[in-house]
Amino acid sequence: MKEYLPWLYRWFRGEVLSVPGKVIAITFFTCLIVIPLISTDSYMLRVLTLAAIFSIYTVSWDLLAGFTGQINLGHALFFGVAAYVAALVNIHFGLPPWVTISVGAVTAVAIGLIVGTPALRLRGLYLSLVTLSFPIILTGLIFAFPNYTGGELGLFGLDPLSNSKIVDYYIVVLVLLGSTLVMWKFTDAGSKFVRTGVILRAIREDEIAARVSGVHTTKFKLLAFAVSGFFAGIAGGLCAHFLRVAGPSNLELMFSFQAIIWTIFGGISTIYGGITGVYILYLVIEFIRLSGEIAEEIRFVFLALILIFTLLFMPEGLTTWVRDRIEIICPRCKKINLMTRHSCRVCRAPLHLERNHTDEKKGA
Amino acid sequence: MIESILIIGLVNGGTYAILAVGFSLIFGVARILNVAHTAFYMITAFLIYIATGILGFPIYPSVILAILITSLWGMVSYKLFFDRIKEHETAVMIIAIALAMLFQEIFLIAFGAPFNRIAPFIPGFLEIAGIRVLFQHIIAVGISLITLFCLWILLSKTKLGIKIRAIAQDREIANLMGINVGWVCMTTMGISVVLAGVSAAAVAPILGVNPYMWIHPLIIVLAAVVLGGLGSIKGSIAAAFILGFAETTVVFLIPGGAFLRGAVSLSIMVIVLLVRPEGLFGVFFEEERV
Repeated sequence: MKEYLPWLYRWFRGEVLSVPGKVIAITFFTCLIVIPLISTDSYMLRVLTLAAIFSIYTVSWDLLAGFTGQINLGHALFFGVAAYVAALVNIHFGLPPWVTISVGAVTAVAIGLIVGTPALRLRGLYLSLVTLSFPIILTGLIFAFPNYTGGELGLFGLDPLSNSKIVDYYIVVLVLLGSTLVMWKFTDAGSKFVRTGVILRAIREDEIAARVSGVHTTKFKLLAFAVSGFFAGIAGGLCAHFLRVAGPSNLELMFSFQAIIWTIFGGISTIYGGITGVYILYLVIEFIRLSGEIAEEIRFVFLALILIFTLLFMPEGLTTWVRDRIEIICPRCKKINLMTRHSCRVCRAPLHLERNHTDEKKGA
Repeated sequence: MIESILIIGLVNGGTYAILAVGFSLIFGVARILNVAHTAFYMITAFLIYIATGILGFPIYPSVILAILITSLWGMVSYKLFFDRIKEHETAVMIIAIALAMLFQEIFLIAFGAPFNRIAPFIPGFLEIAGIRVLFQHIIAVGISLITLFCLWILLSKTKLGIKIRAIAQDREIANLMGINVGWVCMTTMGISVVLAGVSAAAVAPILGVNPYMWIHPLIIVLAAVVLGGLGSIKGSIAAAFILGFAETTVVFLIPGGAFLRGAVSLSIMVIVLLVRPEGLFGVFFEEERV
């Protein structure tokens, strides 16, 4: 054991501390875990728990749209179906939350496969608009049969996740951590063992070329729908049990758009972009709400303005914009380096070739 | 019953047709999926409401003024927001949603959620075949048919129309032929917003004015545009009338059908797309548009 420690330390210093993105991610999750030790204000915990749940939901959209290129405009379908199924199972059979959440997530996978079927025939905007329609159709059915679905009020009186809000918070944050790791590995193009990252990107960039290269694109598109549906379903089940209600607002058009807004604001096809988007936009909105009655009314105006101005000046999203300013990819070995370094930390190749070049030109 | 379905279906179909054509037009020319299209419809309706209901202006000048202001705002927002980030398709969509949300919230703060009434252009009704038809219904149908005809003339007979179609067919070649693409795109945005405004003027006195009134037409417009083939104007018109009649039939015949009206249109769209992925008229992106 002892001889591994220096190695572990060196690995940590070399591979983690030298990459700013990883440092930020680790600091962020440490903060999330430490926060309840500092303050246990119930409103703050509630907001943070919901932010974690929405993060899972948002990242699952990013996996499907950002990485696979299947822009799903009705992502709330997975969330809502899982929430309703979890609620129905919990109310009628009295099963504990972890069972109902799994059942809900599995149902969401099935729904993902069903919704994915048009994706085999349709492409681009047509697919987006078809996916948009499913949650609206389902909302119509929910309103039309209020006896089974609770209609406008939804299903309420579910079992809570656990007995205390702090435990709830930790459960959700751990699920967020776990699912983010899984989704990050699933979409990591640099991974040697899981090839889905490369394949999904290939499908996004050029589906025909991917098929020519021997990728069974249908299978992988369905896989992306299923995985995305699974995590969105987990988020939906968690949300239903945390709020103890599953209502039609989980299926709203605006809720589908929320995932897109958060992801685009944070940076699409990055995984961490979605989480950043939720933790900035959702928390800002909630804290504006606290600061007064007028502020509560104008908070969506504020949100819309933030969005418009961010996208005008950083159309690729916040994290991508920041990342391009603190990280640089080595032109020779493709490792990520801190922007301020002059040479690559692995292969010693000079990093800022072009900038020196233009400087010389200016001097001449 | 059948007569009512026919009249209301024509009114709905006409409104959706104008909206869908505007949406299709700006998508075909500038490649913008303008989700805020029906928000412009809402803005015009509110401007008419402010002018006639609150300030007490006469109806016709205020309608024209409202449409012009909205159209100007559409062109300004194209120049300010859409034009600058055109290459990022999803960012354009989010900006459009944000714009729509902005106006929804502004009107919500200013006027609250209840339905506000606008006085009809000509009050009263006509008896046709034993049922009462409001004059406003006849006006709405008339306006939509006239607008569609004018649009057809504009696109097929005028120089601007030729430019618009040229850009829709091939942007780069059109640019090389000396067409000012940026200017034509902005004008097209103006035309498309005028279409949204006209449909608002036609139906706002019937449906009332509300900050959430843009969501349902948006759904139908998206369905109609997909059904008819994105960018195909003929297809959008036909699909809009089909969906308008389907929706009206459901609302009249099924109890609780008002909840299902969006669901029905979208189900039709999904089924058609599964059977014929290219839409009703089989128009793929780059092909004929008028």
